[in-house]
Amino acid sequence: MSAARPDHDGPLLEIDGLATRFFTREGTVRAVDGVSLSVPRGATVCVVGESGCGKSVTARSVLGLVDEPGRIVGGRILWRPGDGDPVDLAALDPNSERMRRIRGGEISMVFQEPMASLSPMHTVGSQLVEAIRLHLPLGRAEAHDRAVDLLRRVGIPRPEERMDAYSFQLSGGMCQRVMIAIALACDPALLIADEPTTALDVTTQARIIDLLRDLQAQSGMSMLFITHDLGVVAEIADEVVVMYLGTVVERGGVDEIFHDPKHPYTRALLGSVPRMGAGSRQRLTTIRGTVPHPSDRPAGCPFHPRCDAAVAGVCDRSDPPDVPVGPGRTARCVLYDEAAVPASGVV
Amino acid sequence: MTAPILVVRNLHVRFPVKRGFFGRTVGHVRAVDGVDLTIRPGETLGLVGESGCGKTTLGRSIARIITPTSGEILYRDAAGADVDLATAPNYELRELQRQVRVVFQDPFSSLNPRMTLLQIVGEPLRNHGVATGSELEDRVAGMLQRVGLSPKYLHRYPHAFSGGERQRVNIARALILEPRLVIADEPVSALDVSVRAQILNLLRDLQDEFGLTYLFISHDLSVVESVCDRVAVMYLGRLVEVADTGDLYTRPRHPYTEALLSAVPRPDPRLRDSGRRIRLADDLPDPADPPPGCTFHTRCRYAVAGTCDVPGGAPVLAQTAHGHRAACLRTNELDLAGIEPDPV
Repeated sequence: MSAARPDHDGPLLEIDGLATRFFTREGTVRAVDGVSLSVPRGATVCVVGESGCGKSVTARSVLGLVDEPGRIVGGRILWRPGDGDPVDLAALDPNSERMRRIRGGEISMVFQEPMASLSPMHTVGSQLVEAIRLHLPLGRAEAHDRAVDLLRRVGIPRPEERMDAYSFQLSGGMCQRVMIAIALACDPALLIADEPTTALDVTTQARIIDLLRDLQAQSGMSMLFITHDLGVVAEIADEVVVMYLGTVVERGGVDEIFHDPKHPYTRALLGSVPRMGAGSRQRLTTIRGTVPHPSDRPAGCPFHPRCDAAVAGVCDRSDPPDVPVGPGRTARCVLYDEAAVPASGVV
Repeated sequence: MTAPILVVRNLHVRFPVKRGFFGRTVGHVRAVDGVDLTIRPGETLGLVGESGCGKTTLGRSIARIITPTSGEILYRDAAGADVDLATAPNYELRELQRQVRVVFQDPFSSLNPRMTLLQIVGEPLRNHGVATGSELEDRVAGMLQRVGLSPKYLHRYPHAFSGGERQRVNIARALILEPRLVIADEPVSALDVSVRAQILNLLRDLQDEFGLTYLFISHDLSVVESVCDRVAVMYLGRLVEVADTGDLYTRPRHPYTEALLSAVPRPDPRLRDSGRRIRLADDLPDPADPPPGCTFHTRCRYAVAGTCDVPGGAPVLAQTAHGHRAACLRTNELDLAGIEPDPV
């Protein structure tokens, strides 16, 4: 939970009613449709959901990295790195000087495909030095020393030699470590990690997760961790945001989400994960149907066609309200909406 | 016990490494390096390991998509006769490839975007001269229905379908010839969690209905546990441990299996930091130049110099308990930790 120091009001990052749409020739895709979440200082928030739920677009919206024909059309992204007034990242021009200072400096990002994110034309060292010198007033030699130091911090053996290596000479795990080193180059206050371990083997994945946790403990940075893997969420999250088709369906602490899930989608998702140690030939709970394409969203609650608890005439008509179901917890479902509470939609 | 449906003996698959302008062969990658494996009829045998360990190559050699360098793959056909798939001539293979089919990993690249579902699923029937015309259409429609797709999709193209639906098409294509042995190569790795569960349940229902035997190749140990009767663990082209699933997960006898199990993230935050945490070094040795002795000794926390790294002293897969085999020189001295069941 956020241990907000007196000189800082509110969470480090607060996303409020974010809407990002893609204006394609086939029609408008509401990729992110009223997402609200916050990242407290020093905490790890995991955004979990299946493909097409908008988790990556949410992360990219924060950094102004939404590709054409996508655009942020509503909501605020309040960034509070220190004292003073928060900056609304959603209102900043993605190419502005301020945004470029934040991107890679105050907020940095690690992507899914480490091999594809590094340039094969430049050495690992030159890419690292470039990131450092873009944001910090350091000379070549100082930047080089800092780069070697960063490589050592992310657990790369013989960092001086690896400075001259190209990405294709390194394994996937090593490349991801280099990506993390680049992301940490300027001591960001927030690290956004978009499926950083998905392309890696389990053994490597475990080491990368350990590394991220250690680095966070050392530096006190916050993390916004995007993943579809509930096992990874259980390993790393303090708070969890469950997304489905562009909306946040449930938010809460990691223990509450795993041991007392409220939203039918969260429950179904947890039921469809095989449990280790439960023996062979388990029959898994499934969610019927498939995730609809975001351009083809059902009316009302986006989950209602697949939901066993759906109430006909209610769930398929109106958007469900975001109901508080405990301290710091919400579930976007009519099941928790007492009739007395006026349905207000996304607050 | 019934006779095995497939016996793999001392199988080797080597790929040449070519360098330079003239493409001279400078060495060989031993993708599969002396594998012995038995598959019993009606069972699901899991094959796990990190990427690059040779599990896909082994699966593809059994389906004879790849011709092995040496060794035997004895397949017992429906009539009870043994055939060596490794050396079978092409005309014999054609018939055998009706009985041994593959479900591929990537549902997006394994379906031809210019063919309709009828053409994709019906192609094996036509190629093997089993059915044509309206009979073919009926059979394809029936198969689609069986895997949970509406027959009205017959004339649609793969791009119209989601990953899970495409994987159902893949499964339909593999099963249309009524095979006996199905090699499923990472069939659910590219799928979302909720869809993955559907496909796993479907594979199991089809197994019961058609009496199929599966070789289930995967890197995901939680999925393997939930579907497999027995599991084989592969490292750098060799099998390091084979056992019944429950046995292997609770009492692993090879340090590599122990490390793999401990690395799986468990979907329960209360288990965080519990149990033994073993972290392997990231770097897999070069399969063109494997380390001497036990190939795992460079990453093994129990390796003893002078025992595990002696050239020529590689451990062989030996019986450690009933139905449990491991290839480790120190297996009897070690107390390895398995998975504790989730407290539910």
